[in-house]
Order: sequence, then C-alpha cells, then structure tokens
Amino acid sequence: MSDISKTKEREPMFSAKVLKLLKNPFNLENPITVQVLGICSALAVTVQMKPAIVMALSVTIVTAFSNLIISSLRDTIPSRIRIIVQLVVVAALVIIVDQVLKAYVYDVSKKLSVFVGLIITNCILMGRLEAYAMANKPWPSFVDGFGNGLGYGLILVIVAFFRELLGSGKIYGFRVIPQAVYDSGYMDNGLMILPPMALITIGVIIWVQRARTPELQEK
Amino acid sequence: MENLFNLFVRSIFIDNMIFAYFLGMCSYLAVSKTVKTSVGLGIAVTFVLLVTAPVNWLVDTYLLKPGALAWLSADLADLDLSYLSFMIFIAVIAAIVQLVEMVVEKFSPSLYNALGIFLPLIAVNCAILGVALFVQERDYHSIAEVTVYAGGSGIGWFLAIASLAAIREKITYSNIPKPLRGLGISFIITGLMAIAFMSFMGIKI
Repeated sequence: MSDISKTKEREPMFSAKVLKLLKNPFNLENPITVQVLGICSALAVTVQMKPAIVMALSVTIVTAFSNLIISSLRDTIPSRIRIIVQLVVVAALVIIVDQVLKAYVYDVSKKLSVFVGLIITNCILMGRLEAYAMANKPWPSFVDGFGNGLGYGLILVIVAFFRELLGSGKIYGFRVIPQAVYDSGYMDNGLMILPPMALITIGVIIWVQRARTPELQEK
Repeated sequence: MENLFNLFVRSIFIDNMIFAYFLGMCSYLAVSKTVKTSVGLGIAVTFVLLVTAPVNWLVDTYLLKPGALAWLSADLADLDLSYLSFMIFIAVIAAIVQLVEMVVEKFSPSLYNALGIFLPLIAVNCAILGVALFVQERDYHSIAEVTVYAGGSGIGWFLAIASLAAIREKITYSNIPKPLRGLGISFIITGLMAIAFMSFMGIKI
C-alpha cells in the first residue's frame, strides 16, 4: 500500500491536503476503530484472509466511486431525497461488484454470501457520502473514499490474519504451522473461528491503537 | 406450527443478528449508552423488520426470482430479474421506513416522539437489509415463515442492544484501563456476550 502512495506522490494532483486524505484513515481517522463505521460487515468476513481481502477491495472500489459520483452530482441533488439518491447510486455500484465477483471468484462470492449486498448499508459509505462527498469537489472525494476503503481493509486484513493463523494454522490458505508442532501437542484454537473472537480481536486492536495514540482515548 | 416455533427461537437466540452475524453493529454501538434510548431503537427495528421483510419477500417471489413473472404472462416465464434485488430491496426499505414514519407521526405522536430520530436512520441499518437478503438466500417458503423469522430477528436484536446498554450504564463506575474505555470495552463485552449466547447452539427443538 505504501508503494501506491509513493508512485503517485510525483503527480501534481496529489497536494499535501489530498495526501492527508489518503493517510489519515490508516490511523487517526480509521473508519473502524475511530469513526466506528462499517463494523457490520467487517467482522463476519474475517475468518480467512482471502474473503477479507476480496471484501476490502470491493468496499474500497464502491466507496471511492460512490464518493466520486455523488460529489459530481452534489449540486443537483435536492437535499430532501438525498438519502434515496445515495442509496440508489451505491446499490448500482454494489450490483456491478457482486456480478463481477460471481463471474470471476465464485467460491469467495459464496463465502461472502449476503455480505456483498450489505455493502449498500455499510455505514462507511453513507458516513463518507454525507460527511465528505456532499461538500467537496469530486477528486478529493474520490481520494477520501479510496483512503477510507483502504483503512477499513487494513483492519480487516489484520483481524483475518490473526483469526486464520490462530484458528486454523494457515495464512491465506497456506499452512504455516508445521505438522511437527501439532505432533508435539499444539492445537488450533477453535474459538478464533467463531464470531465472538472477531469482536474481541477488534477490541484488542482498538486497545493497542489507543495506547499508542493517547489523543484518541475517551474520558 | 412446530416448525415456526423452532424458527422463532432459533432466530432470537442461535442466529442472533448481533452475536452471530454482526448485523446492525453501527447503531448497536452508537446508541447503547443508555437503556431508555436503546429500548426505543430496539422496538423501532423490530417493528420495521416485521413490515419490510414480508414485503420484500413478496417482491422477490412475485417479481424478481427466475421465472417469478410467470403469473403475469407465459412469455415472461424465463425472465430472471434477481440481479436487481439489492436495488429493489433497499428502495422498498427506504420507502417503507418513510411511510412508517409518516403513519406513526399521524396516528401515535407519543410513539413518534419516543422513537424520535431513530426511525429514519433505520433505513441504513444493516440488520434490515440483512434479514431481507437472508430470507432470499435461505429460500423460505411461506409468508408466515418470513414474518416469524423477521420478528424473531428483531427481538434478538432488541435483547442484544438492551443488555449491552444495561452493562454499559453499570460499567461507567468501573476502573477500566484508559485506552480501552468506551469503544474498546464495548467490543470486548459484546464478544463475551456472544460467547454466552453460543451456549444456545446445543439446543435442539
């Protein structure tokens, strides 16, 4: 992820302000651990790395493009019906993502089940559309959506890494804990695969993050 | 009948919206600071679920499923509109929430005041769309099943948010490590509650 920002830095489109939009979601304005947005789908898809990465990419694409579209339309949308307009734009993008996933990675699409559809009601989308895209120009909005999608993806990948490693001894589907360790009495922690540990893992991530950045702590 | 009761209990305890599928987490974490508001939100969610899930099921069965339009004319029998389901479902939900809001405002201002700002926000609650999509995925056969499932899911959500709010009210007096206060501890409490709810998994009805 750092490569992307480095190669793009040279372009004049990336002023310091726009770069900040890309960086902030990783730590100080992380959508999951700080803004508390988009937790609904974040937890259920993190049993393994592969669905988590696919989900992260899908959300990034949908957030970035819905921000772009809504931001371009922001002067023409009547404010009374803006929620419906936003939902329709998002739903159209999610339909495209869903069809692409079904066509190219059918097994992952099956694993994600209803959670692809639930990107529509993912709070990150509505949150960013309302808070940023409705009041800013298309290009910064696009970058804002992209950054928030990646910040969301980062947490997803961290959670999935620990759940897959401790729960089934694999990383991205490859066995990393050798058989010899199992023979000597080590066992996979079955609880890591079950839903409750996703919540506790995120709780611990928040704990670590806030311990390192005291300005995020609540009173 | 037995089947329906089974479904009802399952949807409240075993397939709990929060603890098993994490649906509606955003409002669950944001609105669970006091018991009173969370009870209001819980009732509103249950109510909206009971209305939207059957309507979405009817729309899916008679308009969107492959071959669903056969009742209209034989030419349309092999039409498959299921790729439109996300958009139609969310539109139906948004419209019904708007409608419910107007009806409640007109006929029961006291309930309207109690639910307050929560009603319009429910349109983007993942639990509502989640139930509609689960109903579609699991192929429920009758409207009774769908209604019972929706009601059970709503009550399960209500139980979860009310109990988290009760715990959070008590926990304000405890000495929690500073970085864990607020959001962090709420996640861990929810995790522990989910472990408790897992004990229902063994039940066979």
